[in-house]
Amino acid sequence: MAEPVISTAQIGTFRHSLFEFWRYFRENPGAVAGLYFILLVLFCAIFADLISPWDPTQQNRDALLQPPVWQEGGSWDYIIGTDAVGRDLLSRIIHGARFSMFIGAMVVTLSMSAGVMLGLIAGYFRGRIETVIMRIMDVILAFPSLLLALGLVAILGPALINAMIAIAIVLLPHFVRLTRSSVMSEKNKEYVIASRLAGAGHLRLMINTILPNCMAPLIVQGTLSFSNAILDAAALGFLGMGAQPPTPEWGAMLAEAREFILRAWWVVTFPGLAILLTVLSINLMGDGLRDALDPKMKRS
Amino acid sequence: MSLLSIRNLSVRFKTAHGLFTAVENVSLDVEHGEVLAIVGESGSGKSVAMLAVMGLLPWTAEITADELLFDGVDLNSLEPKARRELNGGSMSMIFQEPMTSLNPCFTVGAQIDEMIRFHTDKDKQQRKQLALELLEQVGIPDPQKRYHNYPHQMSGGMSQRVMIAMAIACSPRLLIADEPSTALDVTIQAQILELLLDLQSSHDMGLILITHDMGVVAETAHRVAVQYAGQQVEMQPVLELFEHPHHPYTAALLSALPERARRDQRLPTIPGVVPGQFDRPQGCLFNPRCKFADDLCRTTPPVAAAADRALTLCHYPLTHSPEQAHE
Repeated sequence: MAEPVISTAQIGTFRHSLFEFWRYFRENPGAVAGLYFILLVLFCAIFADLISPWDPTQQNRDALLQPPVWQEGGSWDYIIGTDAVGRDLLSRIIHGARFSMFIGAMVVTLSMSAGVMLGLIAGYFRGRIETVIMRIMDVILAFPSLLLALGLVAILGPALINAMIAIAIVLLPHFVRLTRSSVMSEKNKEYVIASRLAGAGHLRLMINTILPNCMAPLIVQGTLSFSNAILDAAALGFLGMGAQPPTPEWGAMLAEAREFILRAWWVVTFPGLAILLTVLSINLMGDGLRDALDPKMKRS
Repeated sequence: MSLLSIRNLSVRFKTAHGLFTAVENVSLDVEHGEVLAIVGESGSGKSVAMLAVMGLLPWTAEITADELLFDGVDLNSLEPKARRELNGGSMSMIFQEPMTSLNPCFTVGAQIDEMIRFHTDKDKQQRKQLALELLEQVGIPDPQKRYHNYPHQMSGGMSQRVMIAMAIACSPRLLIADEPSTALDVTIQAQILELLLDLQSSHDMGLILITHDMGVVAETAHRVAVQYAGQQVEMQPVLELFEHPHHPYTAALLSALPERARRDQRLPTIPGVVPGQFDRPQGCLFNPRCKFADDLCRTTPPVAAAADRALTLCHYPLTHSPEQAHE
């Protein structure tokens, strides 16, 4: 069977591996759809100032709780309506993308880097250091996650950055446990001994030899955590412990709209929809990423 | 001076039930350019002894030896850094399972390259050149293309060739091959062994071949050490060993070769299994399975006679032809 020609790039170059990655990734339509939506959200986040029709905090007193354009009383000035103090919902959601993406990226970076490091140490060295690390993680896991995040925010003070730190700590044990278990099963494989034979030291074995083989589940966990972080941040915002008004954060927007659920459906629906679609897209994309990035799943 | 000289090497593992002796008082010498075979059943401590020499055992292992010299360097007291330079550089090893001995995340080219980068200071261009030459040398067709392959894209025989290429990348003086052909099918086995022997003679390496295949031993080795339950029971040049095995275990192994069996008889076997941690017998470790064992064997551990050049670990070394073991 003839292979479709995709690239003329030299085998082994970066361009080639990029093309190869794309070939595997696009086989999963859900993942591609997720990717496109995430790109849209990213675009909104980056160019929020340029594309949003209004300033997200500007209040228009003569357009309170105005419905979307297709409903009676709606106008093209406010395409999906306004909230209780007359702020344009669309602009607020576009600006909210900025916060959600930032929260997701920050939390995953924080929690993954720390978690992978701790897990690597625990799984590689075993013994007492493992016991210490894993028992601390067990303690964190024993708390209901949102309660722990709430408690941490209560200690640190309600602000977006503190909410992010709290969420990162809540998500940490998942990374540690996952890394540790992968490391433990990979550590005794013969290629690790072969690498020791080649003269590799502890650090090199941990980071260059073992870690890449543990990456596949970590990538999935990373994307799931990304969406988890957005959800948790929204929940904290909803409870008034995350982003503070008038920040256009999706969770905080939901919280402010609580009283108008029955009267003005659009004030809760659109921020909720934004959260739902973003989280769903990230999860779909994570699945596709895993299939495309895992060298063991590649054919020929 | 010998390339590798081992005197009374013992390896014990700390387990939950106390110390388990995996290797007991093994002594070996390997000369430059010599092929030494170590044979024995599974669990007789062949691999463990060699892993101990390479310093690749986990920390639960306790290694003692009166002498453990590689080219005059004491391996037991070597600093970790010096040890890492020696491993893969001057002494190298090939493992049993080629499919799992390569890191699935990197191309074979990258893995060979890593080996060369550790031990030499060649630049990128030279390293790639050398890697391609090595792949060519171990008989991999189209090395340019294979250089960029991942391990899962290769067959077992190919992977083993890549392992061999990695092992000889820095022209080691001693190569330990731990059952290099066991996981491969018979035709590939022969090719791999032939390749190893070719490389051994062209590089003038010392080669230690760990195997349980007497056929392989007969074709390849200069000298043979026979191990049983962690002890070395006999050590002879290959021809003498096949003609006149001194230890009953060796004789039994040889008579179990299908080539030596008579057509009208059942294939002779050695009844029982190698003793483990909890069923080590009194006296000679082989006595429960030995057809010549008497009370002396069951009570007193044998010691090799000083005059015996084969170092036979037996109270009653066989002095007749192996036919005696047939009966």
